[in-house]
Amino acid sequence: MKGFGRYVIFLSSLVVRRETFKTYYNLTLEECVQIGLKSILLFMLVSTFMGAVTTLQTGANLVSPFVPRFIISNVVREMTILELAPTIMAVIYAGKVGSSMAGGLGTMRITEQIDALEVMGINSASYLVLPKIVASILMYPLLVIVAAVCALFGGYLVGVLTGLLTPTEYVYGIRYGFNPYFITFALIKTFVFAFLISTISSFKGYYTHGGALEVGIASTQAVTTSIIAILLADYFLAYLLI
Amino acid sequence: MIKINNISKSFGDKTVLTGITGEFEKGKTNLIIGSSGTGKSVLLKCIVGLIQPDTGHVFFDLRNFTEADKEMKSEIRREIGMLFQGGALFDSKNVEENVMFPLNILTRMSEADKMDRVNFCLKRVGLEGVNKKMPSEISGGMKKRVGIARAIVNNPNYLFCDEPNSGLDPQTSVVIDDLIMEITHEFDITTIVVTHDMNSVLGIGEKIMFLYKGSKLWEGSNNDITHSGVKELDDFVFTNKVMRSLKGT
Ligand SMILES: Nc1ncnc2c1ncn2[C@@H]1O[C@H](COP(=O)(O)OP(=O)(O)OP(=O)(O)O)[C@@H](O)[C@H]1O
Ligand SMILES: [Mg+2]
Repeated sequence: MKGFGRYVIFLSSLVVRRETFKTYYNLTLEECVQIGLKSILLFMLVSTFMGAVTTLQTGANLVSPFVPRFIISNVVREMTILELAPTIMAVIYAGKVGSSMAGGLGTMRITEQIDALEVMGINSASYLVLPKIVASILMYPLLVIVAAVCALFGGYLVGVLTGLLTPTEYVYGIRYGFNPYFITFALIKTFVFAFLISTISSFKGYYTHGGALEVGIASTQAVTTSIIAILLADYFLAYLLI
Repeated sequence: MIKINNISKSFGDKTVLTGITGEFEKGKTNLIIGSSGTGKSVLLKCIVGLIQPDTGHVFFDLRNFTEADKEMKSEIRREIGMLFQGGALFDSKNVEENVMFPLNILTRMSEADKMDRVNFCLKRVGLEGVNKKMPSEISGGMKKRVGIARAIVNNPNYLFCDEPNSGLDPQTSVVIDDLIMEITHEFDITTIVVTHDMNSVLGIGEKIMFLYKGSKLWEGSNNDITHSGVKELDDFVFTNKVMRSLKGT
C-alpha cells in the first residue's frame, strides 16, 4: 500500500514539465524507435506461432461432422483478437521492454546520472520517464495490431497447409459474425496495459538504490509486478466492458 | 562564496549531519574531508539541493538557496557545475554529446558556438580526439576529465567535485587535482571538493573543513593541518607511515 502511494506520487511528479515541448518530442520519437525495433520481430514470431497452434488445437478438438470447418478460424479470431494478442503480448512486452526500462533507469540511478540531471535543474522523472510512457502508449497498440494480423496469418498458413480447412473456409470463418466492438475493446486493453507496464517498470527502475545487484532485482520486480497488474486489469476490463 | 548555516540531516533515526556552519571562498579550492561514512557526500548533496536538509540554510553569494522559489532555484542551478564520484556520464551519449548536454538544456547558443565551447573545454581538460567515443570506451581517468569538462562547460560560478580522484592512480590523481585548482583560479569560481585523499588535502587544500561523525571539528588550510591539536584530525592525517615520520620532524 505504501508502495502504491509512492507510485501515485511518482506519476503526479511526471506531469510537472520543465523542458521544452521539442525536447520531449525528440525524446519520445527516439523511444518509439527503440521500442519498435526491440520488440517487433519477437512479437511477429510469437504471434504467428500462437495463431498456428491455436488453429491446430481448435481443429483437433472440433471433430464433430455437425460443426462446420470455418468455426475453427472463427475461434482463432476470437481468441487472438480478444485475449492472446493484447494480453499474452503484454506479458512478453513486460519481459522485453519493461525490464529494460527498469534496468536502464536503475543503472542511471546508481551511477548518479539521475543526480546529474537534477543538478542541472532538470526534472529527471519527467525528462526520462514521460517519453517512455508516451512511446509505449503509442507503440504497443501498433505492435498488438501487427501481432494480431500475424496470428491470423499463422493460423491461415497452418490451416491451409495441413488441409484442415480451405482458404475460403478460413476467410469465411474470420469474417463470420464479426463484432467491431471487440477491436475497440482490444485496443482499450492495449492502452491500459502499455500504461501499466511502462509506469510500473519506470517506477521500479527510478527508485532503485544500491548497486548492480539491486538493478537486477528492480528489473525482475518490474516484470513480475507488471504481469500481476496486467492480469488484474485484464479481469476488470473484461468484467466492466463486455 | 557559499555559506552554510546550521545544516542538519537525519535519515530515519540515523543522524548523519549535526549543525554544520561554514563558508566556502570564491577563487579557492575548498575541501570537505573526513573518513568514510562521516557524511561528506550527504553534506555536498545538501548544498547543491539534491537532498533537502532537515534544518539550516545554504547561501550562494547571499542568495538563500534553501528557501528560494522555483525560478531562483533554477537560476542558481544554471551556475552550478558538478563532478560526480563515478563521472556520471550519460552512457547513451558520446563524449561530445555529454559535454554539450548542459548547453543544450540551459542555453540558446547556436550549434557552432556550442561545438566551439565543447572543444575548448575538452582541450582544457587535456582530451582531444575522443569526441565520438562512448563513455564505455574510455578509461576511468578520462571519464573524470569528461565529467570535469561537462561541469565547466556552462561557465559555472560554483564547482562541486565528489571524490574527484577515487579509483585513480596517484599520478592521474595529481593531474586531476591540479586541473581543478587551475580552473578554480583561472575562472575565479567557488569550488568545493569532497575527498579523503591526503595527497589532495596537502596539494590543493586552500581551505579545509574536517568532518567527524557528522560534525565539523576543525577548519583551516593545508599549511596548519599537521599541527591542529585536534586528536581526531591527527588520527585522520597521520594514518600512514610517511605522514607519521613527517610529524616527528
Ligand atoms: N539516502 C540515504 N538514506 C539513508 N542513509 C543514507 C543516505 N545517504 C547516506 N546515508 C548514510 O549517511 C552516512 C554518510 O554517508 P556519506 O555518503 O555522506 O558518507 P561519506 O562521508 O561520503 O563517505 P565516503 O567517503 O565513503 O563516500 C552513511 O552512514 C550512509 O549510510
Ligand atoms: Mg561519499
